[in-house]
Amino acid sequence: MTTWPKAEAERTRAFGIEYLDTGAALEVRLAGTLALADAAALWRELQPRLHPSTHEEVRLDLSGVESIDGGAMALLVQTRWDLETAGGRCEITGASPAVQKIVDLYQSHPPADRRPPPKARSAVEQIGNATYEALLEVQLVLAFVGSMVLSMGGVLRRPRTANWREVAHIMNRTGSDAVPIVVLINFLIGFVMGFQSAVQLKQFGANIFVADLVGLSITRELGPLMTAIIVCGRSGAAFAAELGTMKVSEEVDALRTMGFGPLRYLVFPRILGLVLVMPILTLLGDLVGVLGGLLVGITSLDLTVTGYLIETQGALHIWDVFQGLIKCGFFAIAIGVVSCQQGLATSGGAEGVGRRTTASVVTALFALILVDAGFTVLFHALHL
Amino acid sequence: MTAPIITVTGLTMGWDDTNLLEDASFEVERGEVFAILGGSGTGKSTLLRHLVGLDAPRAGAIHIEGVGTPSLEVGRPSYGVMFQSGALFGSMTVGENVALGLTAWTRLPPAAVDAIVRAKLRLVGLAGFENHTPAEISGGMKKRAAIARAMVLEPELLFLDEPSAGLDPVSAVELDELILTLSDALGLTVVIVTHELESIFKIAHRCIMLDSKTRSIIARGDPRELRDTSRDPDVHHFFNRTTEDA
Repeated sequence: MTTWPKAEAERTRAFGIEYLDTGAALEVRLAGTLALADAAALWRELQPRLHPSTHEEVRLDLSGVESIDGGAMALLVQTRWDLETAGGRCEITGASPAVQKIVDLYQSHPPADRRPPPKARSAVEQIGNATYEALLEVQLVLAFVGSMVLSMGGVLRRPRTANWREVAHIMNRTGSDAVPIVVLINFLIGFVMGFQSAVQLKQFGANIFVADLVGLSITRELGPLMTAIIVCGRSGAAFAAELGTMKVSEEVDALRTMGFGPLRYLVFPRILGLVLVMPILTLLGDLVGVLGGLLVGITSLDLTVTGYLIETQGALHIWDVFQGLIKCGFFAIAIGVVSCQQGLATSGGAEGVGRRTTASVVTALFALILVDAGFTVLFHALHL
Repeated sequence: MTAPIITVTGLTMGWDDTNLLEDASFEVERGEVFAILGGSGTGKSTLLRHLVGLDAPRAGAIHIEGVGTPSLEVGRPSYGVMFQSGALFGSMTVGENVALGLTAWTRLPPAAVDAIVRAKLRLVGLAGFENHTPAEISGGMKKRAAIARAMVLEPELLFLDEPSAGLDPVSAVELDELILTLSDALGLTVVIVTHELESIFKIAHRCIMLDSKTRSIIARGDPRELRDTSRDPDVHHFFNRTTEDA
């Protein structure tokens, strides 16, 4: 049986192949030029015919091969190993000295069993694994907070061991640079709230109470929360990515070996910077949120600027603003702790940095809502 | 006499307002192992980045296979590159890293791709590591996997940036032998950036030596001849260190 010369139907190729079948043995005679471009055709030719169950011995005769590249030789040599692994016998013969060099090159290392790829996990296993990993993350965050408390003691005893010089830079990055987006988002939130409430309140002729609704909800709840969400997405993600990259490039290890604790050198300045700028950003957010409501009041509800502001002043108590500021301090700590913890827990290169940055934002958002809910219940219970 | 595979003419390159190399010209012949030498900061790796098209020259021209200044347009690459760190993709297994070029630029069936990948990994001494991730293998193994990835599409030209840097002596010698064998058996042209002089004497047919003071090529030729005959004090000092090391 022979397929030499090559079939017309096939695309032009530079090699020929001929089979000599003697029952127990099969001799495959290859000729011409074999290259990676022909590897697909060569593979399709060889695979259906070469199996230890049909022939005990296979000889790959390369005496007619003028030249061969590494890709084609890789296929032949791997075919040989696969046949022998399956219990057959296979040899590569007849190669010219030039071709034999490539045969020797590819046969110079013995094959080895590869580790099997990871098995697909069942849905139950995946849920169990995800739950375990979530609990493990909680444990890691708690352990991180514990280390911070211990390290804080050391910083209080020896304040110079922390990198306080970094705080101003962090405040600039997380505060000044965030002003435009904080202003825009809070203004729009106040505007949308005013607009939505105006539609309802207009029906009862209670237009003026838009000022009360917007003022209270912005200062007590939405101003601090929206500002925290922006800071979380902006600065929290940046902290996690920055520390994560430092971790995988061994910069954190270098700090350790130079006697700088990563908590004191990297984490405390970031958290302190956030704690200092968040109240300022929140106050700014409160102000522009009220202005957003004011715009709706004077454009859609026929209210005057003075009337709107007097109504807002009457509805708001200083404690309402203070509530928001208390919350935002804890929001800042939550964002700082979670993002730094996730950053320092990074491993595994670029993919690990991406994974931890995502986890940092998601976990910090969850922490923000949790803190917010906790304070809302607490203030309610204390009748504040 | 065949035409050189790489021709560099009047190349000026640098960073910011500093030129690392000015008006440099050299050629790389087909089938040779060509070393780019020099101390730290002389622009060896920067020159390699220019040769593969990652950076554009400030002046001058680079021709590979007669084609002008290389560009990195999307398409099957005509040469393989191994970066200093290996630059394996962490989200893929070692096998997937090596298979990437084959799956993207050939129509081989998956089983054939797998066969070639296994053979390539065995060739570089990584048999059985197909399903490991880069994070699970050592730095030397990453470099060897990166060489397998660089040569999977059978390029005629291979660029290697500091292949043996950071390797233990045994792995470094094995890597040198692999490079020599690849060049010899497959006729590959290998351009190698290194300052491992023991390695250079063993594998390089020709070399150029960059100098940061003069921003030029201060020596070119057979490294063994340069070691024995060069009267330039910097070149002499550079290769004298080799003699002591060797």
